[in-house]
Amino acid sequence: MRKLMLVLAFFIPGMAMAAGGAVHLDKAPVDLTDKASLQRGAKVFMNYCLGCHAMQYQRYQRTFQDLGISDELGQQYLQFTGEKVTDYITRSMPEESAATWFGAAPPDLTLVNRVRGSDWIYTYLRSFYVDESRPFGVNNAVFKDVGMPHVLQPLQGTPRMAHEEVMVDGEMKSQFVGIKTDGDGALTTEEYDQLVADLVNFLAYSGEPFRLQSENIGKWVLVFIVVLFFFVYLLKKEYWREVH
Amino acid sequence: MNAFLNWIEERIPMMRVANMHAIQYPAPRNMNFWYVFGFLATIVLVNQIVTGIWLTMNFNPTAEGAFFSVEYIMREIDFGWVIRYMHSTGASAFFIVVYAHMFRGMIYGSYQKPRELLWVFGMFIYLALMAEAFMGYVLPWGQMSYWGAQVIVSLFSAIPVIGPDLVIWIQGDYVISGATLNRFFALHVIALPLVIVILVFLHIIALHEVGSNNPDGVAIKHKKGSLPESEKTKYEIHEYYTSKYDIADDVVPFFPHIVLKDLVAFCIFLFVFCYIMFFAPEMGGKFLEHPNFEIANPLKTPEHIFPVWYFTPFYAILKAVPDKLFGVIAMFGAIAALFALPWLDRGRVKSWRYRCGLHKVNLLLFAAVFVFLGYLGGTPQENWKIIASQVATVLYFGFFVALFLYSKNERTKPVPARIPK
Repeated sequence: MRKLMLVLAFFIPGMAMAAGGAVHLDKAPVDLTDKASLQRGAKVFMNYCLGCHAMQYQRYQRTFQDLGISDELGQQYLQFTGEKVTDYITRSMPEESAATWFGAAPPDLTLVNRVRGSDWIYTYLRSFYVDESRPFGVNNAVFKDVGMPHVLQPLQGTPRMAHEEVMVDGEMKSQFVGIKTDGDGALTTEEYDQLVADLVNFLAYSGEPFRLQSENIGKWVLVFIVVLFFFVYLLKKEYWREVH
Repeated sequence: MNAFLNWIEERIPMMRVANMHAIQYPAPRNMNFWYVFGFLATIVLVNQIVTGIWLTMNFNPTAEGAFFSVEYIMREIDFGWVIRYMHSTGASAFFIVVYAHMFRGMIYGSYQKPRELLWVFGMFIYLALMAEAFMGYVLPWGQMSYWGAQVIVSLFSAIPVIGPDLVIWIQGDYVISGATLNRFFALHVIALPLVIVILVFLHIIALHEVGSNNPDGVAIKHKKGSLPESEKTKYEIHEYYTSKYDIADDVVPFFPHIVLKDLVAFCIFLFVFCYIMFFAPEMGGKFLEHPNFEIANPLKTPEHIFPVWYFTPFYAILKAVPDKLFGVIAMFGAIAALFALPWLDRGRVKSWRYRCGLHKVNLLLFAAVFVFLGYLGGTPQENWKIIASQVATVLYFGFFVALFLYSKNERTKPVPARIPK
């Protein structure tokens, strides 16, 4: 018992310290059943991301099928450089040039949602701000000194870090409260958030294209196991009755 | 039909072996839920082998192709994602049931005389399983595959004199590379599964030789002629056992009684397994770590490198010791101590039901410390955790030291001669 108390004495202050830190992430409204949102997300991806980032583990056709887009429409509106509909979603930018231009080759985005999580991407794409010291003139509040230009800036408008004077320990200090745009973008803040949400939704889809199918099958598998359990349990009881 | 079966039986003893080792095997009737994990481990082993065969059909064991081929299996093979998730969830499930199985052995003294070798074979299975799981985790060639392998393989460099050369020999290259991946694939799909299957076979043969223990630690086999007819079991038990011993009416046959009990547990296990597999295969980044969805990049070290959860207790012990060589010694010592358990425990009473209160506290504390070490080894390093893992490491080894000391002259409760009704 004394050993136990000793252990507890060590850990309780530590556990309080373990909390906190890390950037606050906004919750991404991911809904894989929302086909319209996924289609809009695919459109944003093909138009704004695919120039630099690939989705090389996923094929166009599979994507079109899962999103309820016909091959013809997909080819017409989502494929721009004459790939076949059965091709993988690769980028045309050569690997070496990409590394020279950006410092590091832009990562493949097929699985980015499984690496970073949807909340991270959702917050990241809404956290660019003007920073003239950076090569592309922007920095990011979630991913400091990121090597990526703010490609969605024409839509969002010029994002600036908003500060507020707050009283901290009896002293007025300037504190980061969020991103405010100059209002020169094509979209309002709400529209921009929706666009990013659609894109994140699409990336969530691409990370695990079979997610909905998995949950649909999974439901019935679990129901089957419960039924099986019921019969097996009764059989077991019957055989063990004479033992107990 | 009967003539045909007899024809076979006269040439190979199928039914005799089935009767002896399964159908008419005497099992104590008081086996509780702790006794289902051996059966579950066998089921998971079969799952791993079968899904593994199908994964192998499309997996490409090269540094260039491995990551892609895993995504290919997930996306383009019909139900490939089911097979892959069964395999990845199965790996973690294997360790869950094996840890439960081992803890069962500890609380009921299943490692004590005459089951020392049974325990040692089990420990060898555990060791082979760790090697198997480690190499399997390298195969998808994600960031954690690569950097986890880096950390674990580099441990061997701590060995004096031969260390650095040994590392190159293991890697097959000066760094972890496609050559390493390729040989780990060979070991993962052929060498280690063979070793595990052979060890499991020996484990079961050894078990059936000495007989199953039970929660009361009471023998079910008695000296021939020592039991009156009325106290002998009324079930049909194989003559292999009845010819040597009197089998008390404390037993049930393995089939159907134990099999049905195991099947009930199997349904519960399967429910949890399938829930994870279909709804949360990453298990919050514990079964499949998030950075492992990024292809291995030797030039980009991940922010934090953790082994998969089932190795983290030993990883915490490794990190607790400031010196690399002594850290490695402590880590392997932690496993070696488990090997030596049958000889470190000098008590004669098996089950914790009849042992002293200190023993119960010691066992529970050991389990808690093991889980806590797992937490420490699987979360980012912080200052307080260094001291915490050192304390936990001392407590881990303290379990064995304390057991060795108090078990010699332990005050135990009287053990009944027969399983209590």
